[in-house]
Amino acid sequence: MLEVILYFIQQLINGITIGSTYALIAIGYTMVYGIIGMINFAHGEVYMIGTYVAFMAISGMAMLGIEFLPLIFLVALLSSMLVSSSFGWAIERIAYRPLRGGNRLIPLISAIGMSIFLQNYVRLGQGSRDIAMSSQISGGWSFGPEDGFQASLSYIQVLIFIVTIISMTVLTLFISRSRMGRACRAVAQDLKMANLLGIDTNRVIASTFVIGAALAAVAGTLLGMYYGVVNAFVGFIAGLKAFTAAVLGGIGSIPGAMLGGIILGVTESMTAAYFSTEYKDVVSFALLVLILLFKPTGILGKPEVEKI
Amino acid sequence: MLTLENVYTHYGKIEALHGISLEVNQGEIVSLIGANGAGKTTLLMTVCGDPRASDGRITFMGKDITETPTSEIMRSGIAIVPEGRRVFSGLTVVENLQMGAFFSDKSDFARTLEYVYDLFPRLRERHSQRAGTMSGGEQQMLAIGRALMSHPKMLFLDEPSLGLAPIIINQIFEIIGKLREEGMTIFLVEQNANQALRLADRGYVLENGKVVLQDTGANLLVNEDVRKAYLGG
Repeated sequence: MLEVILYFIQQLINGITIGSTYALIAIGYTMVYGIIGMINFAHGEVYMIGTYVAFMAISGMAMLGIEFLPLIFLVALLSSMLVSSSFGWAIERIAYRPLRGGNRLIPLISAIGMSIFLQNYVRLGQGSRDIAMSSQISGGWSFGPEDGFQASLSYIQVLIFIVTIISMTVLTLFISRSRMGRACRAVAQDLKMANLLGIDTNRVIASTFVIGAALAAVAGTLLGMYYGVVNAFVGFIAGLKAFTAAVLGGIGSIPGAMLGGIILGVTESMTAAYFSTEYKDVVSFALLVLILLFKPTGILGKPEVEKI
Repeated sequence: MLTLENVYTHYGKIEALHGISLEVNQGEIVSLIGANGAGKTTLLMTVCGDPRASDGRITFMGKDITETPTSEIMRSGIAIVPEGRRVFSGLTVVENLQMGAFFSDKSDFARTLEYVYDLFPRLRERHSQRAGTMSGGEQQMLAIGRALMSHPKMLFLDEPSLGLAPIIINQIFEIIGKLREEGMTIFLVEQNANQALRLADRGYVLENGKVVLQDTGANLLVNEDVRKAYLGG
């Protein structure tokens, strides 16, 4: 009996770990959708670039002989956020802004093009083989009997929880309290009116791309250190999963993206554990189909009602 | 203060304004009246730069703003209460007002907020309520309050009486009169021609994208054609 419970707890821990990184990426999709009603399909690539930069920073510091772990992590995280944000900003500036105001399908195609471009740009620069890195943070706690199944909570998992919670809290405070966050919400509700109040809406839109990219980079750094491996195409599936999470929670809603990410992560790890690893993607995308069929607004999304 | 010279506006290939010339002077209330679809809102929005004038010249306080981006025009001293109010329904009353004061001096915010709350005591009562849950009249008050938060030199009002109960309409017009006494320059677009002209120093009548008549408010009120077309005989 104890073994069954421990096994379940283990899956829950794994699920929440993956789920919180899905949530971090999903926020980028949901914020951009909330403001300009567009799916940024190149967002997964921003996450992938974040992982690469974190790997580079870590190996760079190893070459310099730096061994102080908090410093390594912090430098990796910040440089990855910086580079990914620049990519997020540039993608919006180059591929989306010139197309704004036209048919909605056009920026979508442009986004897919941007995604393919970035995948191949990184592949040409870094090679098409997987790049692996030895884990920086190893070890953890184990629970359970010595001779039976032990549930483990590794230090890197704890780090993922903590960093995710901090990022989410900072984001929530920024959106709900700051002047710029208020402008983001106003632009999301009525872009034209915000413009009529003198707000440079292009700058607000650019800043949501930057924020989303920075959070994707946080996820990229964390997941990169968790899995210890990356290639130029990991952004595609991670992006799709995060997009599913955003739709699940209610696209346009930031708490929805957080919730959707966790639910998706837990569902996946439960499927892998109790059913079959091969089916975990099937189940997550089946979930997407079901949500679109029966509750297209998602769990926390609101149908658009206007009071006159 | 605001001058339009021979302004044309197109929506795609359709010409909505055919060479409009008008002016609004410091301290005046100018009313623009006309039937549905005459181009009243288009005219106001063209001054704001959205849509942009395809020909002609618009100057505000001596500066040519024909090509200026919307956000810059709105920061140069014009505030608008748009058609349909367009309050940010998910934001609270006070957040809406903060959005109105986005570019204003922060040290001045508390005083301006008090001023708006004194003008509309309802807004003070509901300061932390979400704007979308308020009645149409309250939303209209909020929209006017939001516009005033930026200390505009000129206020655009687009159909402030639309869809409101007569008692609320009277309140709104009372406030407009009060603002005039304080020296605010107001450009008022209305279908409710009677009240709009009574309040106005001068008025323009717009028909099919053209100014067909201009005179003082009092003269337009007694004008035979205006009475027939807009005041019910």
